[in-house]
Amino acid sequence: MEMNEFIKNFGDQFDDTDLSTFTPETRFRDLEEWSSLVALAVLNMVGKKYAIKLLPDEMKPTQTIQELYDLVLSKK
Amino acid sequence: MHAFSLEGKTILITGASSGIGRAMAVSCAEAGAVLIISGRNSDRLTETLHLLQGEGHSICKADLTKEDELAALVDFVPKLDGFVSNAGVVNPLMLQFVDKQDVEHVLSVNAVSAIHLTRLLLQEKKLKKDASVVFTSSINGNRCAYIGSTLYAASKAMLTGFMKAAALELAPKGIRVNSIEPGMIETELLKDGNISQEELDKDKQKYPLKRYGKPEEVAWAAVFLLSDATRWMTGSSLVLDGGYTLQ
Repeated sequence: MEMNEFIKNFGDQFDDTDLSTFTPETRFRDLEEWSSLVALAVLNMVGKKYAIKLLPDEMKPTQTIQELYDLVLSKK
Repeated sequence: MHAFSLEGKTILITGASSGIGRAMAVSCAEAGAVLIISGRNSDRLTETLHLLQGEGHSICKADLTKEDELAALVDFVPKLDGFVSNAGVVNPLMLQFVDKQDVEHVLSVNAVSAIHLTRLLLQEKKLKKDASVVFTSSINGNRCAYIGSTLYAASKAMLTGFMKAAALELAPKGIRVNSIEPGMIETELLKDGNISQEELDKDKQKYPLKRYGKPEEVAWAAVFLLSDATRWMTGSSLVLDGGYTLQ
């Protein structure tokens, strides 16, 4: 699992936010486009791309893409 | 009252190893029925069996998506006064992530296997004259829809369509076919964490009765539909949703 690829997969769940916006330090919950719908899409993306079942309550404490990446990595 | 009793009736319940199916088994046994309970997990089916009042109940473990296990279940059951099709899966998945296998899995477990079981029971003459068939459907797909539930909604709408046409076709035999459309029910399917506790608490407030349903509340509706109290009722869907779809 590689960070650049993860960022791309994460960014793909947004329609209006440019991919260049996303870095490991991005606080994704502060983005205008962030919503419960995008959150579900991210959970589904992690399930399908990384074969990891991430639960909403597990994802809740993460604020940055790096934190989310680390969480996914820890479950691999 | 006698019309609401299931005394003397033999009833098959699928998906009886947990949740709504287990509660249905308990309530039907309390109402006097002799049951054949089916599900995928032997241990949990045995747990359900131990909860049942009365005698003569039996277990038949079966994965209804497998043709041979379906055939073995049909072979196992005696002639039935009632059949409740209750097996189901929930898998919150947005359409952009749905693949062919997801479509096949959800439709197969929630609807296609129920259709096959119903047709096989009929073809093998396991449904007595005046039998009652009950499908556990959902408000989702029939009265409303939820994000991430395209497949679940499609499967439950499929069951409703099948229920109506089957009700019409089987009416000359006196066989009644109805469905129950519950709103959200407190079961293990909800507790597996796919939806956050915060979201669940917020969602409950959308129900006029301010809570989700309980498995036994769906079970009582099944007893009603299986009993002689509804002998003039066929092709109907009973909505149990704490008033959710009124709004």
